[in-house]
Amino acid sequence: MFLSMNWIEDFVDLSGLDKLDLIHRFSLSTAEVENEIFFKGKELSGVVVAQIMSVENHPSSKKLHLLKVDTGSGELTDVVCGAPNVRVGMKTAFAKLGATIGGITIAPRELAGYTSYGMCCGESELGISDDGSGIMEITDDVPLGTDIKSIYDIEDIIFEVDNKSLTNRPDLWGHYGIAREFAALAGRPLKALDTEELSVYDGLPGVDMKIEDDLCKRYSTIKVENISRTVSPVNIRIRLYYCGMRAINFLADLTNYIMLEMGQPMHAFDSRRVESIRIKRFDAPFTFKTLDGVERNIDENTLMICNGNTPVAIAGIMGGLYSEIVDDTTTLTLESANFDAASVRKSTVRLSHRTDASMRYEKSLDPEMTVPAIGRFLYLLKKYDSGAKAVSRLTDEYAVKFPPVTLTFDQSFVDRYTGISIDGDTIVRTLRSLGFDVEHNGTEFTVDVPSWRTTKDVTMKADIIEEITRIYGYDNFEVNTTRSPLYPVRMTEEKTAEEKIKDILVKRFSLHEVHSYVWAYNDEQKALGMKIEENIRLANATNPNIETLRRSMIPTQLCQVKSNVSYSPDFGIFEIGRTVDGLDEKGLCREHKMLAVTLYSRIKNVREIYFDLRDILTAIASDIKHTRLTFVPREASHDYEHPVNLNTVMLDGAELGVIGIVHPTISGNIDKKGSIVFAEIDVQRLADSDDKGIVYSEPSKYPSIEYDLSMDIPEKIYYSDIERCWENEGGDILRAVSIVDTYDTDTVHRITVRFTFSSPERTLSSAEVQEIIDRITDNLLKKNVTIKQQ
Amino acid sequence: MDERILKLKTDFEQKLAEAADLNGLDSLRVSYLGKKGSITALLKGMKELSVEAKRAFGADVNKLKEYAAELIEKKQEELKKKQIEREIRSMPVFDITAPSACECGSYHPITLVQRQCEKIFKSMGFTVEDYSEVVTDYECFESLNIPKHHPARDMQDTYYLENGQLLKSQTSAAQNAILRKYGPGLINNGTPIRAIFPGRCFRNEATDACHENTFFQMEGVMVDKDISISNLIYFMKTMLSEVFRKDIKVRLRPGFFPFVEPGFELDISCLICGGTGCPSCKHSGWLELCPCGMIHPNVLREGGIDPEKYTGFAFGLGLTRLAMMKYGVKDIRDLNSGSLKVLSQFTDDE
Repeated sequence: MFLSMNWIEDFVDLSGLDKLDLIHRFSLSTAEVENEIFFKGKELSGVVVAQIMSVENHPSSKKLHLLKVDTGSGELTDVVCGAPNVRVGMKTAFAKLGATIGGITIAPRELAGYTSYGMCCGESELGISDDGSGIMEITDDVPLGTDIKSIYDIEDIIFEVDNKSLTNRPDLWGHYGIAREFAALAGRPLKALDTEELSVYDGLPGVDMKIEDDLCKRYSTIKVENISRTVSPVNIRIRLYYCGMRAINFLADLTNYIMLEMGQPMHAFDSRRVESIRIKRFDAPFTFKTLDGVERNIDENTLMICNGNTPVAIAGIMGGLYSEIVDDTTTLTLESANFDAASVRKSTVRLSHRTDASMRYEKSLDPEMTVPAIGRFLYLLKKYDSGAKAVSRLTDEYAVKFPPVTLTFDQSFVDRYTGISIDGDTIVRTLRSLGFDVEHNGTEFTVDVPSWRTTKDVTMKADIIEEITRIYGYDNFEVNTTRSPLYPVRMTEEKTAEEKIKDILVKRFSLHEVHSYVWAYNDEQKALGMKIEENIRLANATNPNIETLRRSMIPTQLCQVKSNVSYSPDFGIFEIGRTVDGLDEKGLCREHKMLAVTLYSRIKNVREIYFDLRDILTAIASDIKHTRLTFVPREASHDYEHPVNLNTVMLDGAELGVIGIVHPTISGNIDKKGSIVFAEIDVQRLADSDDKGIVYSEPSKYPSIEYDLSMDIPEKIYYSDIERCWENEGGDILRAVSIVDTYDTDTVHRITVRFTFSSPERTLSSAEVQEIIDRITDNLLKKNVTIKQQ
Repeated sequence: MDERILKLKTDFEQKLAEAADLNGLDSLRVSYLGKKGSITALLKGMKELSVEAKRAFGADVNKLKEYAAELIEKKQEELKKKQIEREIRSMPVFDITAPSACECGSYHPITLVQRQCEKIFKSMGFTVEDYSEVVTDYECFESLNIPKHHPARDMQDTYYLENGQLLKSQTSAAQNAILRKYGPGLINNGTPIRAIFPGRCFRNEATDACHENTFFQMEGVMVDKDISISNLIYFMKTMLSEVFRKDIKVRLRPGFFPFVEPGFELDISCLICGGTGCPSCKHSGWLELCPCGMIHPNVLREGGIDPEKYTGFAFGLGLTRLAMMKYGVKDIRDLNSGSLKVLSQFTDDE
């Protein structure tokens, strides 16, 4: 919203103060002001009122005229002018030689063989409107030679406030409310608005008007006749233009002017078209042509202003074309109303049509404003069109009132909230300057909140704190730390696990952490041959590529592998992120915090990276929980899983996740020459599992005995099976078992297992070791394991 | 001296001169001084000599033996020295200036910035909390003083799910749970609530270089008796100065957020120009960084905490934005792209 400093100064005397500094303080205390400030008319000089004394057609140009212009000096000046509206006797704005306008300095100028000693100016050239149709018309009463800056408010400081920062301040959608803030910041009084006293019309008949729907909180109207003026005074047009509105006609301009001044949207109906006003909704949808000529679909939820049963305006949004003020309108019925904010907002969304009026109504305007706005309208109307007169009394239906708000608090409340001391007098002065009624007894304050603040933003004590502190200025705050007691801070297991996992993967295994989205990537996954698995979907996604939440991070991670194939022939990526596994019995999403790891290589074979990945998972379990993982083969259930070597990762007998190889179809679509393996584990479950801790065992002082057994393992037998062969055989002297060698051909899978025996108390005899080895060997033979003699 | 001894001595001297390496020298030693060596063998030829001559011969052989041993030792020293020299000369010069091929892993830049922030807050007694990404309407709105039909719900373009839940549009969605988790400790033991909760947030909007539908925030709350605006400014200034590792000026402007009252927009002095004005701060000298404020009484009440007894502040720091500012990442979409060309550069930054 653009604001005019001149307009603000209509209501508060800011003389002698630095305006830019005030604007800056406004930004820090009230609402954000955009950086660029416009100094309107500052560069304009040397433009005076002049009269065209003669007009001759240019001999060879159809457009140009040769004028003689009187600037009041008695001497006539030759001017060549291309404007179509020149005529003898017309008064206009004239830029004399040496004048500056639009960044140029006027000098004698040759135009089609004639010299022009100055320039007649149009309003758009002067920068006071967008009217570029001809030179400016100036009324007869202005003496020649007068500098136009002395008769019109051309010079002004215009600043823009970010509309978003006014969301919660319905009172700031007009200059008068803004002026109140400036008055409070400057410590100067706010002047009252000049309004017409409406009680004088009380004896006149009322307007036929009835609120039939409580979405209309208040409707105030009056009927005015005998309007003759059609074009607004220059100063009104300049202000509208500077604030971003186009001048239309006097009556429409005046309603807009009141809106920009008081924040109260108004609408003027041609009284010939509106005789009995009804405010209501319709039972069925219909179409309606608004005054911008657009046919709009109106549904049964949209509040309408009607003439009897015929809609004439969309309440709070826009008037209809049929009842619009036109050139021959002499009688108007004025609307100054208040509508339910949410209803206007929703209608705006449905119609996808936001207007200056709806923007204001959406903010919960003060319904107390409707009548003063009519008083102000009549005051200005009669000021500029003295023949106009009200022909009805003020007709006002106030259906829904906001309850008045009175708040009580004491000094200690303010002290506690602010952490500094702001004295009672300052509090009283500040609140009064903002229109609050304050009573101050001892340490207690009783505050009546003004109506323009009760509709929305000041309803409780804490709201008062903001009023006091923002005017006090946050820059003036003394800054202090707290005096709260100290307690140790313990990190959650989950957080600890998460950070450790990241460190292990990055520092020890040189993996790269990535982030991805929480939904499946429709296009990318399909391109790789993965279907999107059914899951809960976004209800309002605007992009069809992102509608289904992911059940696993592996598919999205494979898409990321694909996009990184050219990065390196060998890399691993991981992410700790969320997946959603359908809904639980309460209908809520089953969300899991998962770790997904994918290794890709064109250098190592699939077996190597598969075991690399196994080692990575093992290191995580070992470092974080000092425990061992186990692996149980499982059936593939997703299209990206290779059916062979797919294993459930188990921790303490419960499922932790999965490890596997990417299905050759998908793998081939990513890179025919590369191998890809993946794992996904539940971070929350890992974090929740028991930490076995470090169990220290004193190294034996006696020599240990190592015994190697080479064995050929038959097909479908896993190490975890043959491990059972010595699990219960070693007594307390079998201290360690490890694989020291493996040998694989197409037909043979041979491993050499080293058994280490030792005792903390004595030197072992080879006989007792041999006895154990014999038992182990027997067990192995039962599993069809062949022992190769050393 | 016996002819034979003299000859052997000459032979030895010649052979010694010829010995070029330690192996040759060793065989030379064995062939002269070994048990079956030629010097020892000389003694076998003493039988026919007289006792007198035997003694003289024996003494000469021993002298030769000593002489040879001494020379061999000398020569050995010499050869050892030469060999070391050769070894030194043969060591190739490695080009240490060549780039390292060591493959380093990398953290996501958000992790780095998040860790830095967490570290600072942990040092100031804050606990670090985590929260789900799918939340209920109550968590994200109702409990935060944003009732149904409140216009603030329009301000955020929220991703709703088919089951009525939603993807959290702000980390504040965890506030109620945090207040409920630590409220009893505050009320019963006087333990102040000090918590930060970093997390992913979602907004239903089109993406471009500056806009993402998925981004990270870090929310912080502190609740105790007598927590004030003055404290809020202190914590924000201290924390931000630590994050950027320089003294940061902060300023507050009124800002409207339904879950705080008063609410503020916090600006920091521009990191590029320090406040004098430059293109990064649009010549204002300030950068808008994070919304914050005093926790709204309704939010405290909804969290089971009496707003008449306790006050608190809350802030929401844009971790994604912070990471972009800190590392100069221009396109926000790079962060979720998974592109290792981008991400592999963030090795560590503790």
